[in-house]
Amino acid sequence: MKRVGLAALFFAALFVGWELLYRSGFWSPVLLPSPLVVGRYLWEATVDGSLLSATLVTVKRLFLGYVFGLLLGLPFGLLTARFRVLADTLGLLALGLQALPSVCWVPLALLWFGQTEAAMFFVVVMGTLWSVIIATDNGVRNVPPIYARAARTMGSSGLHTWLWVIFPAALPFIVGGMKQGWAFAWRSLMAAEIYVTILSGFGLGHLLHYGRELNAMEQVIGIMLVLLLIGLLADKIFFSPWERFLHRRWGTAK
Amino acid sequence: MSLADEVSVEAPAAKLSIRGVSKRFVSGQRSVHALDDVSLDVGEGEFVCLVGPSGCGKSTLLNLVAGLDLADSGQISADGIPINAPGRDRMVMFQEAALFPWLDVLGNVMFGLRRKLGLTDAERRKVAEFYLRLVGLEKFHRAFVHELSGGMKQRVALARALAPSPRVLLMDEPFGALDALTREQLYGDIQRIWQQRKKTIVFVTHNVREAACLGDRVVLFSPHPGRIREQFKIDLPRPRDINSVELARHTTAITAALKNHVRPEAEVVE
Repeated sequence: MKRVGLAALFFAALFVGWELLYRSGFWSPVLLPSPLVVGRYLWEATVDGSLLSATLVTVKRLFLGYVFGLLLGLPFGLLTARFRVLADTLGLLALGLQALPSVCWVPLALLWFGQTEAAMFFVVVMGTLWSVIIATDNGVRNVPPIYARAARTMGSSGLHTWLWVIFPAALPFIVGGMKQGWAFAWRSLMAAEIYVTILSGFGLGHLLHYGRELNAMEQVIGIMLVLLLIGLLADKIFFSPWERFLHRRWGTAK
Repeated sequence: MSLADEVSVEAPAAKLSIRGVSKRFVSGQRSVHALDDVSLDVGEGEFVCLVGPSGCGKSTLLNLVAGLDLADSGQISADGIPINAPGRDRMVMFQEAALFPWLDVLGNVMFGLRRKLGLTDAERRKVAEFYLRLVGLEKFHRAFVHELSGGMKQRVALARALAPSPRVLLMDEPFGALDALTREQLYGDIQRIWQQRKKTIVFVTHNVREAACLGDRVVLFSPHPGRIREQFKIDLPRPRDINSVELARHTTAITAALKNHVRPEAEVVE
């Protein structure tokens, strides 16, 4: 509770500092609007529903593509770690594509799929997939062989060993890869939404883009705040529980 | 099998027969002759210690009995049944406890029971709790692996190895990484448990005193290639104290034999 209070105090101070900067008149209000103006924009956009629907569109794109990327990446990572043939082919491809900034998939996706949901889905999957494959592969290779040997003496073999020994033992690496995959996917989705108008739904990137077109700085900053909030929430809701689990069990917490 | 049977009626100890076993490890250009024509019989409920310098093949032999590796030639059988894969009738304790950090203590002990058919989950839990009590860790069911001391980890590993009610317990330098005080406690525990649960135990160590303290018989190996050199019967009453004078007599004899067999090899190396 004390930590929450401290965080609240810190952010309150940031907003006060911002307001003071605005009042100093050093920058034009067009470039630096008051936090109150930004707040009013956010309130109005919430009331007229545009903010909520854009958030839903964006989060849905992100969630669908991310989950699909995970479901595809985890088994592929296990397979490249298990079979030399796959490591030398798919593993190498994943390594190369993981190094490719995932934004680079946007032009290709737009040409292939047009300005549609499919393009967005594709971009998010490409952002997630390769990181997850690499991390899973890496995690499996770092599992101490003694675990599998001990499991064998206890009657575990084949798929049972993979599911109940190798996979959990590789979790610290896998969760790291999941976080990286999420970060890549999130960034490339935003780039795509800012880049082009996706006709099948207006996302947050779209609102951000139009904020610039209209010279509406309060909209630009307001949307950025929403994006920041989504990132924080994803971390706290989705990743923190996993990391707490790992720290507790592996004893890596401070 | 009912729960009462599971913890009170112990599976009978097995007899091990090792006949003319050889094993070579090849890695790149190097080839290590780990075991050369080794034969050994271990009686039902016998506690046999394998000692020798590193590279003498004692751990290799243990892994073969466990079924984790396969011999190049020769036969290993338990009660006449050839061994060619791991099985829950032969449980292994390693030098590292090899406990799973993602499971708590109870989960680790239950792991070997998960694949045992004919038990409900509640019964599996009861069996695991029984063995944790046996090793004196009944208060640590919910503890995580990193919260345990080295000695406690090995106790959990022992409970985990005992839980599926194996007929043979294979121990590969299980106390090697522990401090002297903890080791002495565990010597007492393992003797008590061995007497209560009547297992056949094959115990690998490079510590002669430890071998003499625990074993009914001490089997001395020499390296390059790994061979059995001599065997010593230790017929002292139990429980034995590792610091007793009678034990020291046996230890002196075995150490002398060890030096005798290993020295010529060492000179060749020099």
